Amino acid sequence: MTGDVLQVKGLQVYYGTREGQVNAVNDVSFTLEKDERLGLVGESGSGKTTLATALMRLIKAPGQIKGGEVLLDGKDLLKLSNEKMRQARSTEISMIPQGAMNSLNPVMRIRDQMIDTLRDHGVKRTKSEFRKWAAELLERVGLPKEVAGMYPHELSGGMKQRVAIATGICLNPKVIIADEPTSALDVVVQREVMTTLRLVQKELGASVIMIGHDMGLMAQFTDRIGVMYAGKLVEVASVRDIFNKPLHPYTQLLIASLPSLEAKEVFRGIPGRTPSLLNPPPGCGFHPRCPKAMEHCSRLVPALQKMATGQSVACHLYDETTDSTDSPGTSGNGELKIAAPQH
Amino acid sequence: MSGLLELRNVTKVFGGGIFSKNRTTALEDLSFTLDTDQSSITSIVGESGSGKTTVARLLLGMIAPTKGHIFYKGNDVAEMSRVERKEFRREVQPIFQDPFEVFNPFYKVDHVLKVPISKFKLAGSAGEERSMINDALEMVGLRPDETLGRYPHQLSGGQRQRIMVARSLLLKPRVILADEPVSMVDASLRATILESIHKLNRELGISILYITHDLTTAYQISDNILVLYRGSVAEGGSVEAVIKDPKHPYTQLLVGSIPQPNPDLTWSERTSVVPVANRAVTGCKFADRCDSVMNLCWNNVPPRYQLDRYRVAACHLFQDSPVMTAADVSQVFAARTEMSGQTPSGK
Repeated sequence: MTGDVLQVKGLQVYYGTREGQVNAVNDVSFTLEKDERLGLVGESGSGKTTLATALMRLIKAPGQIKGGEVLLDGKDLLKLSNEKMRQARSTEISMIPQGAMNSLNPVMRIRDQMIDTLRDHGVKRTKSEFRKWAAELLERVGLPKEVAGMYPHELSGGMKQRVAIATGICLNPKVIIADEPTSALDVVVQREVMTTLRLVQKELGASVIMIGHDMGLMAQFTDRIGVMYAGKLVEVASVRDIFNKPLHPYTQLLIASLPSLEAKEVFRGIPGRTPSLLNPPPGCGFHPRCPKAMEHCSRLVPALQKMATGQSVACHLYDETTDSTDSPGTSGNGELKIAAPQH
Repeated sequence: MSGLLELRNVTKVFGGGIFSKNRTTALEDLSFTLDTDQSSITSIVGESGSGKTTVARLLLGMIAPTKGHIFYKGNDVAEMSRVERKEFRREVQPIFQDPFEVFNPFYKVDHVLKVPISKFKLAGSAGEERSMINDALEMVGLRPDETLGRYPHQLSGGQRQRIMVARSLLLKPRVILADEPVSMVDASLRATILESIHKLNRELGISILYITHDLTTAYQISDNILVLYRGSVAEGGSVEAVIKDPKHPYTQLLVGSIPQPNPDLTWSERTSVVPVANRAVTGCKFADRCDSVMNLCWNNVPPRYQLDRYRVAACHLFQDSPVMTAADVSQVFAARTEMSGQTPSGK
């Protein structure tokens, strides 16, 4: 699709452990359009941070990208040389990792840390040009230029997070991956940081992948949401569809479990626990906890299929209702469609 | 009203001597009672720096107040006898935020359940101990055969936190102080854990103090709420009224900033005014962020105005309301029996 900035096809990231192989990201495909804000939600262990790290090609042993493609403007990041990938990071695809605000060097001034990042990417300027650049960057994230000369401990959590955003966007990437950008921040500050991120994204004309598990934040910030479970994408849909008519039983339970100001004293937790990725359940990873599991769910892995409504879901409940006008191979959304095994 | 656990005119200042510049007043003259007559769930909410965690630590006896006293069943916590202290330790139980830190990684999780039983001699035999533990685990939705015998790292954060709730059940405390019990737990498990805590109150009559910055879960689980801002009470009352119809500008800002899990309910227009750096705050602490600030606010600390039976707000916008005479802010809290049929305005 011409509007797509990122196309991920069949991504597989495995970890080799003493007890066996863990398929942390198991055949994941999705697309990201220009100017789009995509949310990736899932519990811990669902694979979302591994997925983000894989997109940046920052997976370290014992993890390994075993297969798939990550096409950024048509160019497969997984096939780039190490040097070219290093250049692509930050200039084309950038990540604001979880806890970024806590990884600021406590003995360096903010300005020097930001300039370090620029220098690291081979940007050569005079000292005063760098200082001006840093001041402008800080302004873009709504921070006063005085912050440049400060040390991290002088800043609040929200300010540090905005410095992390500034550093993440300093080379004007096309794709920004924000991994839990506001965890540990208070609700008022959180809102300010998310507003900043949105502003920055608009200015850059970039796309954002936001990873998290706060569905409230996703509702406020994203256009589309991908739900991950046990290393797989189980549903991808517009943010309204995810909240108003979720298709996958897991998404349905997730939405139902959200605390709401409309429902006092109503607690709808999801029973059971997330599966072990070392010994995943056969067939659909969710079937042991699924209230709608059918007999074949424990045998056959459901593929992510696109519905006529535009939602994609990986669930045998929808096996008969796939959009049959799509040609095999790709759906209109650029996602790989594999024919679901018929029983 | 007989007090179970009480803060009386408590001020807590951290850091430095009288002449030091690094003193932070974490809590300023707070009086608050958890009642024996009615066990309810009270939330204390605020951002970081509000003083809410300081309240928890004071009530647990972990730190001492700079001024004022903490009483448990009428006894000053600072002056308890050993016997009184032991009873206090058993009857006032914490559930902390981090479900990993509280476990000694060298021991199986059974340890954290067995120690209180033996310390407080709760079981007469090994068989009784085992069945007490099994019952407690089942009450929080954990399977004993999948939980016991494991080490902390073999269980998820949600499971560990539920074990802490089960531990509370064993001790049958009078009060549980839960400080951000679900913030480090996955979203889908939060409901289950909150439900267990809620059950402790509704089924066992344990009073719960729920300390959090998450207004949505505070609304879900509690009966009454206290909103703290920089060590002072901003607003307090029934949770239904305060969250659905906040009166204090700070509470309105907090509620308006909640990211609603509804794409059609976007963040409200109210934004936080950037603080004016050099203005000394001698009056209302929220003055420099308040969009309704009046001249009066800069130099006059607002008293607690009582807006109705179940609402107090420390804000000059309500200067036409009577000033609350009692120091104890929990006077505006409703007992659970009074709450059915209550309208948001509290009348």
